[in-house]
Amino acid sequence: MSGHSTYVPKSAVGKWFESRLPIMGLIHSSFVVFPNPRNLNYFWTFGGILAFMLVSQIVTGVVLAMHYTAHADMAFNSVELIMRDVNYGWMLRYLHANGASMFFIAVYVHIFRGLYYGSYKAPREVLWILGVIIFLLMMATAFMGYVLPWGQMSFWGATVITNLFSAIPGVGEVIVSYLWGGYSVSNPTLNRFFSLHYLLPFMIAGVVVLHIWALHVPGSNNPSGIEKKTDKDVLPFHPYFTVKDAFALSCFLMVYVWFAFYIPNFLGHADNYIEANPAVTPAHIVPEWYFLPFYAILRAIPDKLLGVLAMFGSIAIMVVVPWLDTSKVRSGNYRPVFQVFFWLFAINAVILGWLGSKPPEGMYVIASRICTVYYFAYYILVLPLLGLFETPKSLPASIADSVLGKGGSGSAMASGAAASPSTKG
Amino acid sequence: MKSIKTLIAIVALAGLTSGAAFAQSHEREIPPRVTWSFSGPFGTYDETQLQRGFKVFHEVCSNCHSLNKIAFRTLAEKGGPGFTKEQVTALAATYKVKDGPNDAGDMFERPARPADFWPAPFPNKQAAAAANGGAAPPDFSVIAKARTYERGFPWFVFDIFTQYQEQGVDYIASLLPGYEEPPAGVTVPDGKYYNKYFPGNVISMPPPLQDGAVTYLKGPDGKPQAPETVQQYAKDVAAFLMWAAEPHMEQRKEIAFRVLVFLLVFAGLLYFTKKKIWANVEGHA
Amino acid sequence: MATTHASASAEPTRRDFLFLATGAAGAVGLAATIWPFISQMAPDAATIAAGAPVDFDLAPVAEGQIVKLFWRGKLIFVRHRTAAEIKAAQETDVTSLRDPEADSARVKPGKDQWLVVYGNCTHLGCVPLGNEGAFHGWQCPCHGSVFDTSGRIRQGPAPINLPVPPYAFTSDKAIRIG
Repeated sequence: MSGHSTYVPKSAVGKWFESRLPIMGLIHSSFVVFPNPRNLNYFWTFGGILAFMLVSQIVTGVVLAMHYTAHADMAFNSVELIMRDVNYGWMLRYLHANGASMFFIAVYVHIFRGLYYGSYKAPREVLWILGVIIFLLMMATAFMGYVLPWGQMSFWGATVITNLFSAIPGVGEVIVSYLWGGYSVSNPTLNRFFSLHYLLPFMIAGVVVLHIWALHVPGSNNPSGIEKKTDKDVLPFHPYFTVKDAFALSCFLMVYVWFAFYIPNFLGHADNYIEANPAVTPAHIVPEWYFLPFYAILRAIPDKLLGVLAMFGSIAIMVVVPWLDTSKVRSGNYRPVFQVFFWLFAINAVILGWLGSKPPEGMYVIASRICTVYYFAYYILVLPLLGLFETPKSLPASIADSVLGKGGSGSAMASGAAASPSTKG
Repeated sequence: MKSIKTLIAIVALAGLTSGAAFAQSHEREIPPRVTWSFSGPFGTYDETQLQRGFKVFHEVCSNCHSLNKIAFRTLAEKGGPGFTKEQVTALAATYKVKDGPNDAGDMFERPARPADFWPAPFPNKQAAAAANGGAAPPDFSVIAKARTYERGFPWFVFDIFTQYQEQGVDYIASLLPGYEEPPAGVTVPDGKYYNKYFPGNVISMPPPLQDGAVTYLKGPDGKPQAPETVQQYAKDVAAFLMWAAEPHMEQRKEIAFRVLVFLLVFAGLLYFTKKKIWANVEGHA
Repeated sequence: MATTHASASAEPTRRDFLFLATGAAGAVGLAATIWPFISQMAPDAATIAAGAPVDFDLAPVAEGQIVKLFWRGKLIFVRHRTAAEIKAAQETDVTSLRDPEADSARVKPGKDQWLVVYGNCTHLGCVPLGNEGAFHGWQCPCHGSVFDTSGRIRQGPAPINLPVPPYAFTSDKAIRIG
């Protein structure tokens, strides 16, 4: 995935193999000698963390599928069988369920890092768009996975989300009945969701390969937002970044373990421990926390079709961010006004998430509308206009200069990651 | 720079607190916190409490409520009520389960074995509803995890660190003694009851427990192990239901601690390794 | 690459120890992580517990008849042997067998007419057909293993006799398997 491979196998067998399938050379050039900007801070470790989470979810998921029964009459029971009778079944299920949340925590950090440091800007537009595609696939996978335990939230979540498609004029009803394979969410729905839930992660893995490929063409962006120019700006991936990523991952795993082993149901819903009942809807239907901001946008708009369009639009708009942001400066570190709007955007997203968990009434609706307006305004107004009017700070001459304290300046993000040795000037 | 951050913090705080202010609306009473032996990172079940709770379940609740996912054998498993295998076999034998068909093609009844699951008191949901004024008593297998109440901001954030996750058992322990005369102006339909902890306050279940209804085993001093009161019954049966919902909790918390200690050491080693490796790079500490 | 001064490692032993310790900790962690993923493959607690003993009434089984039943999900043959079949089984020269075992060791004392054996061929698990083959015991349709009227391997690829499951007579005409 990177141009120059200097890998020379040591053994005769290695040489024989390498001349037929140069995979070791590919790994060597991509993950051993690959030149990374030396000034990457800990926000750049989340790519590796995400790769780990994808593998972890696939491994625990494949194992759970060995015990799970995808049938409306047996699914709930088979999950309890996993929890009670399968050796370490409770551990595998809790790791998988909480792993989904950890995956999303990491992906949100990863996305906001990209937004702050302008990682979507040329020449990394395709890299960014592939990321949006991965995000969409993740959402679809997580949604269908949540249906599988066939609890009340599974059933009603599936009902509500599939009904979104009924908003499409004319063909909506037909599409929904095709999604269901029946006249309501029922056994055929559960079966196909299981099939797709098993398939999609491998599609994600495929797009991840493209994502890394697209990353390795220009190489990583970095906190200064300046492209690498000389060898002074870079360090080989191994051992410098492998050890750094490993350290960050082990810290991340502590959070994961805390949730999965100590408070495994904190991020879930009590209602999902009640078996699906098509005759009773739970008092509060809320999606998993990672969908809440988008759910709030859906409910902020009092029209069915427009609400659905706004929700999908809120994700689709990320595709065009590279062309909406007009600033010549890439990194938010050198854009003082941008920083204010960026952090407001981040807080706005958190508030949207909180509003998504609240009943759609009174002040909550009004607040959701204000937040929704700001969400879109950030992309459509702030990013295009700011680039035209903002005066950025002066940029250091090179990455090396930014590390060695020549030029540049401190920033909100960098001081937020003060624990990172690599960002100390 | 400072002022920007302050501004952002103020906006964030204002947004969240104003939100929290209009979050309070529901009248449902919040169940008081009970001190449980199984809460916290080192929590374990109290065997004698689980056995008492089982007795309450067995003598009272199980007349109407099923416990479908629990096999008799699990009552003797590690990390549970700690019954002996013999006790469990004898208990199972007091129940009949349907088996078959035999060689003649007939279904037949036989005494339950430890491997069998707890037989339901009613043959199906419709029968359960018909016998209970139209409301089928819910299954108890995971009910301690299936019931909760809203914690609200900021409490749910603190819960991450305090590991408070006993909302379900707290609720059960409050609900059972929570029956009251309806306050003035509230009419309760015939065959329904007023309970201050039940969502909506009108519950179909009649008050299930009375003081002295279940006889507890006597301690060495000749007195019952615990007070034979509704409050105590409710707590004990709630604890038993927590075990029923989460039978591997002790093992889970044990492994959690080991894994965390390992990760702490491993992360420490990696930190110093990383420092060592990066020490050669100019401009890095 | 950025300037690195390799001479900085003044204490090579401490450095090596650190790397070794980190690597060893990682290996231990990985091994401990893998274990649950392997352990979950084993039969679960419900499956293990379900292997309760099975009672079987012999009264309806006619002489010469072979009845099939299941214990722990495994097939079992109960054969009511005729006098000729018993005689054939008992008079076989044990030393000539591939898996030498006397007929008396495969039935309960005084119950020569009842043979209880697992019903899957010891070659690769197919179900042998009763009263077939040169010895009128069983013959496996898959690869031609031939068993005698004591369920012992006589011809073909199967390495050992059909095993006898644990069972006991609870009365003259009833057994409990398991």
